[in-house]
Formats: sequence, C-alpha cells, structure tokens
Amino acid sequence: MEIDKDLVAAYATPLVLAILSEGESYGYAIIKRVGELSGGELQWTDGMLYPLLHRLERSGLVEASWRASESGRKRKYYRLTAAGREQLERQRRQWQVVTRTMKGIWCLAADPTDQLAQLTPAGEK
Amino acid sequence: MTNRETLEEKISRWRHYLQRKQAITPVDVDELEDHLRSHIENLLGAGLDEDEAFLVAVKRLGSLDEISREFAVEYSERLWKQLVLSPEGDSASPADRRQALLAMAMALAAALAMKIPALFGLQFGEHSPAMPFYLRNLSLFVLPFMATFFGLKRRMWGTGWLWLSLPFVVSGLIVNLMPFGARSHTGMLTAIHLPIALWLWASYAYAGGRQPGHDQRMNYIRFSGEWFIYYTLIALGGGLLMALTQFLFEAVGLNAERALQEWVLPCGAAGAVIIAAWLVEQKQSVIENMAPVLTRLFSPLFAALLLVFVAAVVWTGNPINIQREVLIGFDLLLVLVLGLILYSISARDPQAPPGHFDALQLLLVVCALVVDGLALWAMAGRISEFGFSPNKLAALGLNLLLLTNLAWSAVLYARFLARRIPFIRLERWQTGYLPVFALWAAVVAIFFPIIFNYR
Repeated sequence: MEIDKDLVAAYATPLVLAILSEGESYGYAIIKRVGELSGGELQWTDGMLYPLLHRLERSGLVEASWRASESGRKRKYYRLTAAGREQLERQRRQWQVVTRTMKGIWCLAADPTDQLAQLTPAGEK
Repeated sequence: MTNRETLEEKISRWRHYLQRKQAITPVDVDELEDHLRSHIENLLGAGLDEDEAFLVAVKRLGSLDEISREFAVEYSERLWKQLVLSPEGDSASPADRRQALLAMAMALAAALAMKIPALFGLQFGEHSPAMPFYLRNLSLFVLPFMATFFGLKRRMWGTGWLWLSLPFVVSGLIVNLMPFGARSHTGMLTAIHLPIALWLWASYAYAGGRQPGHDQRMNYIRFSGEWFIYYTLIALGGGLLMALTQFLFEAVGLNAERALQEWVLPCGAAGAVIIAAWLVEQKQSVIENMAPVLTRLFSPLFAALLLVFVAAVVWTGNPINIQREVLIGFDLLLVLVLGLILYSISARDPQAPPGHFDALQLLLVVCALVVDGLALWAMAGRISEFGFSPNKLAALGLNLLLLTNLAWSAVLYARFLARRIPFIRLERWQTGYLPVFALWAAVVAIFFPIIFNYR
C-alpha cells in the first residue's frame, strides 16, 4: 500500500528501533522483517533505509560494526544502544496513545451518522 | 558462467555509478552493494533469472538520485570537499601517506638547506650583509627539493636525475663564482630571473624526467597558478603566526625577533614552497582550481580598467610620463594580462565554440597592447638618452617578449573568433612559448652580469 511520506517519516524510526530491539540485524534483514510484520503491506524504497540507519547511528541510538556475513561478504550490522532502548520506550508510549486514540476514532467513524454525534459531547467534558 | 559474469559486470557498473555521488562514500556503497546482492540472491532462490533479479533488486533499492539526496541531507559536510590531511585518514591510501611523508621530508630538507650557510657565518636577516647572497641563491635552496619531490613521485629514471640536476648545479656554481659587488644591479637581476628559469626547468621533473609535451606544459601552468594561490594563503597564515609569536613573547619581556628572522621566516618560507606543491598535487582532482575562477572574475575588470585608461589617454592627450620604474610597471601589466589569458585557456574546453568570454579576452589583450605600445612609443624617443643599463635592457627585453606573445595571441584569438582556426592553436602557441621565457630568464640571470661586468 502507498503510504504518505510524512507518515512514513513518523513511523520509520520507531519501527526500525523496535526491529533492532529483537536483536542485532542488518539493512536487508530489517527490510525483510518490515515486510513480514506488515504482511507485505508496507513497501519501503529499500535504499531509503540506509540514510535513516546512519542518522540513528550518528545520534547514538544504534551502533554499527562491519563483520563478515555467513556468505563471506562484509556486512554492516546494527545493534540498539542503551540510549536507543530508552528512545524506543519513549516512542512506544507515545505511539500507544496515538494508536489507541486512532483505533477508537476509526471504530466510531465506521458508522458516522449517530456515533460521532455521541462522541462530541463526551469529548467536551 | 557467462551469465554470472554479466551479473558481476552489472553490479560493478551500478557501483561505479553510485560512487560518483558525492554524498555517498565508498563504505556506504559497500553497504548498499551488500543489500543489493542479498536481495538478488533471495530472488534467485525464488526462481528468477539473473537479469530479472538484478532489475527487481535495483528497482526496489530506489532511485539513486533520491538516495544520494537523502545521504546529502544526513551528511551535509560531505558536500564540502575535505582535504586529505585528516588525521584518522580512513580514506588515505598508503600511496597518499607515502607522498605526505615525502613532501614533509623534502620541506624539512629545504628548510635545513636554508640554514646551511649560517654554519659558515652567513646570517639571514633584513640588514645582514649576506642578504644579497641569500637572494641570489633562494631558488637553489628550495627548487631542487621541489623537483626531487616530483621526480620521486613520478618515479623518474637514472639519466633523468642527471639532466634534472645539471642546470641546478651549473647555475649554482656560476652564480656563486661571479664576483658581485655589494650593491650590484646585475646581482639583483640574477636574484629575480634565476628562480623563474629554474621554476620552468622544474617542469622537466614534473613531467617525470621527459621534455614536457604540450599537455604537460599546460598542466605545469595550471600547477603554477594553483601553487601561487596556496603559497599566498600559507604565507598569510605564516605571517599571522609570526606576528602572534612576537606579540606573545613581548608580553613576557622576551624578544623573539631574532629567532623569527633567522629561523622561522627563512625555514618556513622554504618549506612552504614544497608543502604548497604537495597540496596542489593532492587536490588537483579533488577540488575546483582557483586560478581560472579568479581569471573569470578579474578579466572583465581589467579589460574595463584598460579601456577607460586608453580612453582617458586619448581624451586628454596626456603623454605617458616616462620615469625610471615605468617600464617595469608596464611589464607587470603585460605579465598580468598574460596570466589572465593563460589561466582562462587552461580551464577552457578546447572543443567549445567561441563565446563572449573569448571576445572579452581579445579585447583585454588588444587594450593591453595599445597601452604598452603607447608606453614603448613614448620611450622610444628617449631611449638613447637613457643609455642601456642592465635593468632597462632586462625590462625592455621582457617587454618585447611579452608584446610578441600577446600580439600573436591577439591574432590567434581573432582568427579563432572568426572560426578560422581551432582553439588548440592558441593553447599550443602559449605552451610553445614557455621555453622562450625560461631561456630569457636564464640569459638575464647568467649572461647579463658577465656582459655588464657585475655592475
């Protein structure tokens, strides 16, 4: 599915951090994991992941090391740092609020005629 | 098997293309290549053939322009080209490091060479009686080391070294055996002209121990212009350093002037010649050349100045007042115009059709010729009155050489603008003329003192 650029920019960082919290990984594997998690619905432009990873590396949220992969090619592996874990935790809380709210509004908005009318006074209290 | 090779070829072509992006370093390219290969392997495993797998993987990676733009946002400092002096030196190859060491060693050698005469009681200093000796020998203390740097860098062969050193040895002997007086004019002429001759001779080492051909001479011209700019910058920094040193030591009641004059100034100035040469060599492919940029800026300004000057002379009818120094001044004007032309030629694409800037250059040359012609004409009447002192003869000779060069340049420019000849003719005229300057400088440096009896 095509996702708006701004939205991609917003969720890409926490998603990558969360994938790295499962363990050390590298660019191509991260992309594959995104595909798995979303059931193939989130399709990134692969190349764009790397500037993002480098940004995270430069801000100290992840650290990187070059090692030989199982195929013998040298490969850059990324690992979450303590600062990255904290950042992930902060973002998780923010996203939980956001997703909870959005979920609520989507359910209600599914039948907009009466339920939206009920929601408005409740919101004003 | 051939298919496998074509896949490798494709990847390497893709890699080359990516490497041209300034914001993406080779390490980043490695990382992206690993990604590409992983994806291709995955797709091959899924049953695609190599061509398809490559296409899909490249497509999924996204437009290289966009990726490079993202990298540029992330690493904006990469858009500023960094000099290869960075201490961590992850990009410095062993060859780079070897050359840096070589340059440092040669700079040190030149700096020490400047101090050798002091062992024999000849002190460097503004008021030192040994100063004329230093001035005459300056180029001999420094340029051999610059030439050696080139020679070693270009892996010159045995007889090349012999030829290279010959003019240095011979001129060194002659200059120091000549009995110059304390205030000798011809001694000063030698001091000025020997560096020019030897500098041009160093192009032999620059070309790797061969007579430099047309292209190599052009490269040497480019090198000289950049070297001049770097040297000026280093000199500015060095001047600041010396001024601060003096100030700081004065603040604690110590006088550093002697140490500065006898050590820091001569050694620093000598070493900086080689350091500047090394920097130009290092940066030639990395950074835009400055000399052509300055040329672009100043050519129109000088053309305007000369036009206004010619108009003023014609309008007022004032004759050019011939003083002692005037001829030197006009020589400098012509040298400047020649420099502007040389450096605009050096940066010009010879294939490009004639443009506005070429017309402007022609205007500049013609104006300079007119101005110089006025000066020479004003002088012609009084030349017998002056008599021929060595200074005047040297200045007049140089003026005529420059006049010849520029006059023919103007003709070639005009014919080029009329699309009668290719631009390369103008280039060849200039590079072909270089030995004339070298020869003239050598004649003034070596023969003038003898002709004029070391006056």
